[in-house]
Amino acid sequence: MHRMLHMEPSLCTGCLQCEMACSFEHEGEFNPARSRIRVFEFEHGRISVPYTCTQCVEAWCMKACPTAAISVDTQLGAKLVSPEACVGCKACVAACPFGTIEFNPASGKVDKCDLCGGDPKCASACPTDAITYVDAGASGVGRMQASAQQAAQGGAS
Amino acid sequence: MSWQGKILRVNLTSGEIAPEPLNMEWANDYIGQRGLGTKYLWENMDPKADAMGPDNVLIFASGPLTGTGASTSGRYAVITKGPLTGAIACSNSGGKFGAELKYAGFDLLLIEGRSEKPVYLLIEGDEISLASADKIWGRTVWETDQWIKKQHHNPMLKIAAIGIAGERGVRYAAVVNDLHRAAGRSGVGTVMGAKNLKAIAVRGTGGVRVKDPKRFMEVTGEMKNLLAKETGGLTKYGTNAMMDTMQEFGGLPTNNFQQVQFDGYDKVDAKAMLKTDETGHTNLLTNKACFGCTIACGRIAHIRKDHFTIQNRKEYWHASGGLEYETAFAFGPVVGVDDIDACTFAGYLMNEHGIDPISFGVTLAAAMELFEMGVITTEDTDGVALNFGNAEALTIMAEKTGKQEGFGEILGMGSRLMCEKYGHPELSMTVKGQEFAGYDSRALQGMGLGYATGNRGACHLKHDTFDVDMDDQTGEGKAEPCKTSQDFTAAVDSSGLCMFTMAAWGAPEFAAQLDADSEGDWTAERLIESGERIWNLERMFNLAAGLTRADDTLPERLLKDPAPSGTAKGRVNELDRMLPEYYALRGWSEAGEPTTETLNRLGLG
Repeated sequence: MHRMLHMEPSLCTGCLQCEMACSFEHEGEFNPARSRIRVFEFEHGRISVPYTCTQCVEAWCMKACPTAAISVDTQLGAKLVSPEACVGCKACVAACPFGTIEFNPASGKVDKCDLCGGDPKCASACPTDAITYVDAGASGVGRMQASAQQAAQGGAS
Repeated sequence: MSWQGKILRVNLTSGEIAPEPLNMEWANDYIGQRGLGTKYLWENMDPKADAMGPDNVLIFASGPLTGTGASTSGRYAVITKGPLTGAIACSNSGGKFGAELKYAGFDLLLIEGRSEKPVYLLIEGDEISLASADKIWGRTVWETDQWIKKQHHNPMLKIAAIGIAGERGVRYAAVVNDLHRAAGRSGVGTVMGAKNLKAIAVRGTGGVRVKDPKRFMEVTGEMKNLLAKETGGLTKYGTNAMMDTMQEFGGLPTNNFQQVQFDGYDKVDAKAMLKTDETGHTNLLTNKACFGCTIACGRIAHIRKDHFTIQNRKEYWHASGGLEYETAFAFGPVVGVDDIDACTFAGYLMNEHGIDPISFGVTLAAAMELFEMGVITTEDTDGVALNFGNAEALTIMAEKTGKQEGFGEILGMGSRLMCEKYGHPELSMTVKGQEFAGYDSRALQGMGLGYATGNRGACHLKHDTFDVDMDDQTGEGKAEPCKTSQDFTAAVDSSGLCMFTMAAWGAPEFAAQLDADSEGDWTAERLIESGERIWNLERMFNLAAGLTRADDTLPERLLKDPAPSGTAKGRVNELDRMLPEYYALRGWSEAGEPTTETLNRLGLG
């Protein structure tokens, strides 16, 4: 099954446990600045939105990379950066329309979400299920179901 | 280990900024945050120094667990000598600022001296500077936050700032971080203003490492599950669930503590926040977590657009921090107001202008009593009828205090000085000059003892006798849980975690997390002993500052006027009975001073 990280902003409390789990997994330390997933807040915290790489099928970053440092994990669909091949040119950073691949000044390479080998730590760390790892072909089904219920109740009244 | 091993010393008089190594011996003895900050304060200033003068020291301290993956790990504390009390002030805040400080590489900031001109401190990793605050002096906390981020093209900066209240010497000005989290009490923002320091802006991109990562993830994971299981009510209702409990018990201070129950309580309680009114408006929009928190007790609310407070002020047509129990108490029962939108708006104003809502509300309550007695009139109050229950008076005075206009300047003095000014000191509901929180000491005896012995004055956050107080309404057996919980709470604060986790975790649970986090063998016993050391050092600061046993008391209203209703009807606080027992348990003399033996036992000799 092709899975994806599904974000449900209405459930996010902005606690940043995802950022800490991500940085711990990848850097061995707690460091939100190096997390591949970020939570953004709007309107004094009314809305908190977790955001990370969506693993585009035809990935801009991959196409832009002049050293072929970005490859596809065929099983997960994740786009992976090879630190050996990455030269830190930041072409991928410029190419990504979502800003989800980022240069790391400490390593001189770029970082992005790799789906933790199929067990995304952000999803397991999320205390409210605002981040889930679900069937990519049915990520909208929860909202669809909620809308359907609303329609049904609206019809009944 | 989770310490960065570095503090930053900033001398505002000379402009000198210098990192120095963290004193690890002190970290081991005082845990971190509140405790460590107290030790640094003790070693760096004369407790007799003027709180508003250049010789006072202002400390921002993180704990060993701040910035780690443990739940509620975002706490920091501001420690200084308080202008409201002349005692040690220690105010704790959540949000994201505290963790950011750690990521910037500093465990603690120590600020001394006084800048000649208004400045703000900018910490962007290793680039640190004092910048002119000319353009933001006189501006609100919210404007300041926006301006600094824009000025430095860095939306990731985390900012702790003061408003006009702090600049102009409101005695209970707060330091507000991340727009609506605050180191709220004891006038720590007033000290910042007196130093001409408008804000501290921090961006940190370094990491925090723990001693034993594998064990740390296991233990903190287990603790998060436990916390989620025990704190569901706090998540759903926030702290304002307490309003109903206090009303039913008869411990809800009303009309400046003249009553202990409030008829309009159900218009400003947690359920009222969740209720959808006839126009389809619901006060509460969502709940919100501080950094790392599993509970998310924070409230995000909004005000009805047609409400008199904001109908012509579109700039407030947005969501922001909503009512928590203490703000609901301070804008509700204690001033007799039952208008949830007015209360919510007053809360916005407190955050925007950087004011402690508890001290403001209780000071306003005293002014209302003075007004109803005829001691002050509309001639004093800029034409506003300061009657209990007047929601418009609440919001007008909140704004006047925030901007230091008219009668707001009098309210900004705090309840003690204001009541003395008008010749009625007995109306000031304070301990050591700091206003009470929303628990009446006649119904909750141990709370009264905790207020009376509070090192920063009246405070509900430095001990926890709630369960024993609810079980029995006499002073019997309250000294021991008061003392024990004071020590434990001091340790919890110092760890860098939030005291609300005490609903699920005891000393062994805190110790297990700390032990996986930091060097040294952390046990429950060591944690509590460290807490006792911290409490005693705070006490030593106060004694050296000139406070005495006479300051460990309560206003006459709570000692002589019986509770007029509720389950404690007819009772007064039994402080005379509890205090000597408390001193004996603490190993203090009858004068309230730690004995040589006690000091030696705690390594304070």
